[in-house]
Amino acid sequence: MPAALLDIDHVSKRFVKQSNIGERIAALLGAGQKAETVRAVTDVSLTVAKGEVVGLVGESGCGKSTLGRMVAGIYTPSDGKILFDKVPVARSQGRRTQKLTTRVQMIHQDPFASLNPRIRIGDTVAEGPVAHSIVRSREADSYVADLLGRVGLDPSYRRRFPHQFSGGQRQRIAIARALAMKPDLLVLDEPVASLDVSIQAQVLNLFMDLRRDLDLTGIFISHDLGVVRHVSDRVAIMYLGRIVELAPTSELYANPNHPYTRALFESVPRVGVGRKDFRPIAGEIPSPLHPPSGCHFHPRCPFAGPRCKRETPPLAAIGPGRFSACHLNTGGTD
Amino acid sequence: MSNSPALSLPAETSWTRFSNFWTDFRQSPVAVAALIVVVVVVLMAILAPFVAPQDPYNQETLDLFDARLEPGEIGSGGYAHWLGTDAAGRDIFSAILYGLRTSLIVGVMAGSLALVLGTSVGLIAAYYGGRIEALIMRIIDLQLSLPAILLALVLVAMLGQGLMQLVAALVAAQYAYFARTTHGAASAERRKDYIEAALSTPLPARHVLFRHLLPNALPPLIVVATVQVANSIALEATLSFLGLGLPITQPSLGSLISNGFQFLLSGRYWISIYPGIALMLTVVAINLVGDQVRNVLNPRRSR
Repeated sequence: MPAALLDIDHVSKRFVKQSNIGERIAALLGAGQKAETVRAVTDVSLTVAKGEVVGLVGESGCGKSTLGRMVAGIYTPSDGKILFDKVPVARSQGRRTQKLTTRVQMIHQDPFASLNPRIRIGDTVAEGPVAHSIVRSREADSYVADLLGRVGLDPSYRRRFPHQFSGGQRQRIAIARALAMKPDLLVLDEPVASLDVSIQAQVLNLFMDLRRDLDLTGIFISHDLGVVRHVSDRVAIMYLGRIVELAPTSELYANPNHPYTRALFESVPRVGVGRKDFRPIAGEIPSPLHPPSGCHFHPRCPFAGPRCKRETPPLAAIGPGRFSACHLNTGGTD
Repeated sequence: MSNSPALSLPAETSWTRFSNFWTDFRQSPVAVAALIVVVVVVLMAILAPFVAPQDPYNQETLDLFDARLEPGEIGSGGYAHWLGTDAAGRDIFSAILYGLRTSLIVGVMAGSLALVLGTSVGLIAAYYGGRIEALIMRIIDLQLSLPAILLALVLVAMLGQGLMQLVAALVAAQYAYFARTTHGAASAERRKDYIEAALSTPLPARHVLFRHLLPNALPPLIVVATVQVANSIALEATLSFLGLGLPITQPSLGSLISNGFQFLLSGRYWISIYPGIALMLTVVAINLVGDQVRNVLNPRRSR
């Protein structure tokens, strides 16, 4: 196995609801409620090898975006550390996060929000590499033209503003901006979720081409199992802040192990089979403010037993390269 | 959302943006009239030495025989005093022109300095967040809870009379409005993805602040700036009227009103009233223009 480029080591992220002065005084007097803590990510470990793309899948609110933002240096972990090429991605500076590397770049979900509406797209793409002396400012223009061509946009568009582009085109601009920093690792946070299906395929194909040409490593965050199957070498399934299953893509899709993974597959509506047999997962996803005890999935799991309520199942190896966090693999749920 | 090239849209230049702005602006005839008043007032103030029949700064041109002439009377200079003269024989029309000059200079200087100071403070608070933000914004809130005139009065009393002291007092009294507006707009922008993208590139703090945060927080500030220029003029007039602003030898609209105040009840209304009308016209016109600018810049405006 090649050396890990990214090492996520027992990382947790908690968000504490900010209380203002009034609430703090009320709490001191015993009137207000206590500060609430959201456990977005709990004790996640994951390594990504050079050249590999790992898919992160889960329902909304499962912490996959928070994990991605920690990898991209937007948040710092509350516990544990994220090492990129053996160096931390970011450090916290008071309340803010100072990112330490330019080699990890992120692509956001909504291309309508991720581009500054008042800056010409050429300048948006050129800003980072010029600020970090990746290109000299007088060469920036041809550098940008080259990058726009690479993501399938006419280089002459670089004098335009974001509002003159469609969603798919904007996502290409966002990809060009990330590539301009010559990254080794891309964090893609649902990069196609807000695009039309036909455009999704174009952007995904672009991503696959770039991956091949530039030898990119990636973390691909999505709730769409079909999309993830297309682009990932391995897939991690997340549920309420924890990774519940981690496996090579083909094996996971052929033979899912964790009850949650199986439920996810069953909830996908299939086209053209002729029967409507998709089953939504029973119940709502619990609030990360008050996660269930033991295995987070037990209130919705058809196989749950008393042990699931008591004990948190560790992410344990169940085969070569395969991990699952379920008591069914380790002696049953009683 | 289609992927068809956006070729049909023309590139947005500053000229098309201005012409769009102007098309929207002139929808209101009142605002256009107000804009004309503002332009005339500014031109008269700039051209005062050429338009005014008398230089009120030059005491030697004043003639006590011309004191308290009624509007339209011809004085010893051989020209008509269309708005009359004051107790020292000052031509009111000339004094108003020069007074406008002082008032506008004070207003614009105080307004723009307050804009720069307040915007920086508000931006820093929004960008850094946490304790810095809490501290800055509590100070701003505290200051906004005091009447601006009170603060300006105390400061002028402490700093003494003079143009620069007056501007300093006005800036200190008004920067808080800009800080609050900037902070509100910038905090909303701060949470958007493009700022997150800039932070995760990572771009240097000055880029994030001045290239990304500031330009997007600017539209509401333009409106506050126009209104605050008018407020500065009114505040300066109030201070001068109370005798804490500029002396009558360096007339501003406020000191002119104050200068004629004692004659109001003796029937010599013109000494106070005409500067008062000039002040009112200026302040109201600037406010009307500012309101229309806000209407045009706010995309959710009701039509």
